[in-house]
Amino acid sequence: MSEQPHFTLDGRRVPFADGQTLMTAALEAGIYIPHLCFNPEFAPHGSCRVCLVKVNGRVQAACTTPAAAGLTVQSEIEELREMRRGILQMLFVEGNHVCPACEKSGACQLQAVAYYVGMLAPHYTHFYPRRPVDASHPEAVLDFNRCILCELCVRASRDVDGKNVFAVQGRGIQARLVVNTPSGQLGATPFSIDDKAAQVCPTGTILLKHRGYETPIGQRLYDRKPISMVGDVAQLPESRGGRRHD
Amino acid sequence: MSDLETAARPDYLCRIAIDPLSRVEGHGKVTLLTDKDHRIRQARLHIVEFRGFEKFIQGRPYWEVPVVVQRLCGICPVSHHLAAAKAVDQLVGAQALTPTAEKIRRLMHYGQTLQSHAVHFFHLASPDFLFDFDDPAAHRNVGGVMADYPDIARQGVRLRKYGQEVIRVTAGKRIHGTGSVPGGVNKALTLQERNYLLTDLDLMIQWGRGVLKLVKQAYQLNPGYFTHFATIRSNYLSLARADGALDLYHGGLRARNERGELLFDQLDYRRYSQVIREQVKPWSYMKFPFINSLGPEQGWYRVGPLARINNCDFIPTPLAEEERQAFMTLGDGQPVHMTLTYHWARMIELLHATEAIKELLLDPDIFGEERVVRGEMAREGIGVIEAPRGTLFHHYRINEDGLIEKANLIVSTTNNNQAMNESIRQVAERYLDGKELTEPLLNQIEVAVRAYDPCLSCATHALGRMPLIVELVEEESGTVMDSLARDADGTIRNEMTSSFRSGLE
Repeated sequence: MSEQPHFTLDGRRVPFADGQTLMTAALEAGIYIPHLCFNPEFAPHGSCRVCLVKVNGRVQAACTTPAAAGLTVQSEIEELREMRRGILQMLFVEGNHVCPACEKSGACQLQAVAYYVGMLAPHYTHFYPRRPVDASHPEAVLDFNRCILCELCVRASRDVDGKNVFAVQGRGIQARLVVNTPSGQLGATPFSIDDKAAQVCPTGTILLKHRGYETPIGQRLYDRKPISMVGDVAQLPESRGGRRHD
Repeated sequence: MSDLETAARPDYLCRIAIDPLSRVEGHGKVTLLTDKDHRIRQARLHIVEFRGFEKFIQGRPYWEVPVVVQRLCGICPVSHHLAAAKAVDQLVGAQALTPTAEKIRRLMHYGQTLQSHAVHFFHLASPDFLFDFDDPAAHRNVGGVMADYPDIARQGVRLRKYGQEVIRVTAGKRIHGTGSVPGGVNKALTLQERNYLLTDLDLMIQWGRGVLKLVKQAYQLNPGYFTHFATIRSNYLSLARADGALDLYHGGLRARNERGELLFDQLDYRRYSQVIREQVKPWSYMKFPFINSLGPEQGWYRVGPLARINNCDFIPTPLAEEERQAFMTLGDGQPVHMTLTYHWARMIELLHATEAIKELLLDPDIFGEERVVRGEMAREGIGVIEAPRGTLFHHYRINEDGLIEKANLIVSTTNNNQAMNESIRQVAERYLDGKELTEPLLNQIEVAVRAYDPCLSCATHALGRMPLIVELVEEESGTVMDSLARDADGTIRNEMTSSFRSGLE
């Protein structure tokens, strides 16, 4: 009987199956590698770079690197934590992330990952972009101030919902999330809060309307345990038994 | 109104700035203009801050507002949280909250009233009572109180802590929690939380009574000083319950004139704009509200503990009511106008808060499951609450998508703007006029402002901390004859001789 192939992650033996990436194999083994644009239900995107690991000494994204036998992978080392902190800091200053007043605070993946990598201050100069809130939809609100361009909603709407509601417009620093209609308003689309796209945002960009702060402080998803133990935000809509963690 | 608001020929006068004002919340300054004979020609209180909240919440979702606007302040954020929540209740059509929601919010509010009054009296104002005016400034502060009166200082710290704990249990955090949501609250109390809060409560009530003895002793030691210092006759505005009781969370607007006659009563606070207007003066960032029917000259009023105690017919808790009755004898059938009795009234409210907390903690409704109600959405909401420092107005209008279109906040301190100016002018005229100004004399101005417990941080974003500079200017030529400066660290320098003195002795 042949042994299941494996690689080592921070000295731990991680078995994997064909087709798995370093990220999926690690998660299956119960080892957390911080990530934002990765979601196991979607093809890896490799855009946020938060899951950077060192593979045989070379820095690569864990979510896009295929697992291979014999690899030596490092994740929890200061060099990488420093890089991740820098990435998180850039994400925070590029948008308007006001955690103290945000209804997603305490159940926000961006905030939780920032805490996990030890980011306590933004360090860089804030861009303070002006991004109006789109509240044209009767049941949902888009707060573009909090978008980190992970494109999970773009992928979910296109690949799962078949509605293609979201898109990214522009390039480089000009890139921004838009609603894929002539008016650019969510209310003009067939978007529904039961859509997959409504459930995947790792920040507070896509929110249910007329609600917020319903879970008391102390009982929110990441209030008691870090994201490495709790995992990503619940993805199921409430109408299908999921729980909203605001 | 005093005629010291604007001097005729300011260019020829010596300008004295008390900047920053100490032992108040936030940043403010007082400027005095004096002539060469040290006669006071002008006295003004300035709030050197800019408040941008009304502007930058425009375009934000309405349900965010109670959590966002509480960041106006770190001392009584619960007031802003609840005033906004009451406005948002109207937006979501919640006509009446469930008993659980209302009582949890009241508990939160009394907790904050307790902690805010405690921090003001013990940490900020008690040196004015416990030490003489000419006590060295380095000692005339909470550190001095801790050194000389450790028991009093400890009571202050623990009273505040208790109030903060009430807030934590009801709002999730001691400062800037999220307890109120549109139409209700997000949590009730557990039995364990209730029992935890009951543990120290009787001691807090006892200390509340004790501090009133302290205030009364201070009054009895020098009743003449209390009677005259910064005292002005004014109108009073507050909320009052339908039966005339003191109510800090909800009620109708009630105003009395200086003789105690009702100007209006049980006015629906959603109609506040019909009775209150705001005047803008070119020299101040803060507006000057006044009662519309009386006009800006006669219509300015006072809010806060003194106004509430003067305005109400009774306090619905027994110990505080007993104290109110004793207090009101000072006015001999009319409102008590003595500015320093703000402290006294504040401590009556502190005692009331401890009693009210006990009543609420013993009420089974605080464990209820029904926490939120909703109804037909509306486009406009106005929430008014009696914040520790006075009547607080939050007014919001939303667009059809639920985003804030317009916001108007009249914070408690703004209501007292004219009154504080009148009080410092009275003090300047009575105690400073014609005298060579010294630090202890300038402190009298601060004592007058401090009595109102102004929250200048509710106007947020200080522009800077300038030192106190006293210059003696030759009237005709404008030449500076002498100059004394106090740095923010308390160092005094004579700018003409460059001599330095450490401390303020």
